[in-house]
Amino acid sequence: MSQISGEPDPSFEERLKAARRKQGLDAPPKRSPDEQAAMGGSALGLGLRVGVELVAALIVAVAIGYGLDRLFGTTPILTAVFVPLGGAAGVLNVWRIFAPKRTD
Amino acid sequence: MAAEGSGGIDALGQFQLHTALGPLGASVNFTQSNLMMVIAGLLVMGLVWVGMKPRALVPGRLQAAAELGYEFILSMCVDTIGQEGRRYFPFVFTLFFFILFGNLMGVFPLLFTFTSHIMVTLALALTVFILVTVVGLKEHGLHWFSYFMPEGIPKLLAPLMVAIEVISYLSRIISLSVRLFANMMAGHVMLEVFGAFIVMLGGLGFLGYFPAALSLGVNTLLIGFELLVATLQAYVFAVLTCIYLHDAVHLH
Repeated sequence: MSQISGEPDPSFEERLKAARRKQGLDAPPKRSPDEQAAMGGSALGLGLRVGVELVAALIVAVAIGYGLDRLFGTTPILTAVFVPLGGAAGVLNVWRIFAPKRTD
Repeated sequence: MAAEGSGGIDALGQFQLHTALGPLGASVNFTQSNLMMVIAGLLVMGLVWVGMKPRALVPGRLQAAAELGYEFILSMCVDTIGQEGRRYFPFVFTLFFFILFGNLMGVFPLLFTFTSHIMVTLALALTVFILVTVVGLKEHGLHWFSYFMPEGIPKLLAPLMVAIEVISYLSRIISLSVRLFANMMAGHVMLEVFGAFIVMLGGLGFLGYFPAALSLGVNTLLIGFELLVATLQAYVFAVLTCIYLHDAVHLH
């Protein structure tokens, strides 16, 4: 009974904080969204995600290159230009998954 | 599952579309895929409506499920996007539960998995993509285009980096849709193949009984695995939507 006029129960403070955060009264602690996505899947899921990201960028790049080639009649050149760009974009996608946390 | 042909394994026949609801459906090309989408939508609405009907302080099972789903998606939105995430909560909630129910219903026999068609997942991914782009443009105006120009790179490299960033941005459509589609289709093809093994090996006679039983065991495990994949892929789709919305709202 010595705590009546003293500071409130620490567990109450914690619960109040959690409740305030949930209702959006306090700013939530920053967490990297990509890190969360990485946690969301198993190792297999993560591996599949990396594979899909790599291939998806390449598909888009080939589609753009081929489409522009058809448009301008320069058949192999633009496709050849866009394929390395697509590969780079794929690596960028994978880097986004594993990038270390931004300090903002 | 589709009927077996003359000894071969018809693994892809199960994905064939045909019209549902008799002549009325046939006249407007209403397929069983559309029917499953309607059922999935009705089930989600039913879960929320019927589940929240008692409004009990101590929730029953259905109410607990509805509340847990609500809390889960809300905390995902707020954690990933930030406080602005509350605005996009209805969209993410709808998207998550629509995909989740579509995936889970596909595990049941005789029900069609509409998420196993690339056209469906592509449409979902395009919806997300267009929404994210519109949100970005609305929040930041033309300044949004600076998203494609990372800070602190030399002027000389700018054209290269912008091209790469644009390709990376566009590749979201493909990666979102292909991931969901490939996971769902691969699972169902595996189920079909092992199901055909059971029938074919069982027909071999005495020698075939053991491998047939083995295939049955594999199929049982695969069903469990399918349940995991169905939930996980719905979750991944929703989380990635949240991440893209975060990028659109905060620009990196």
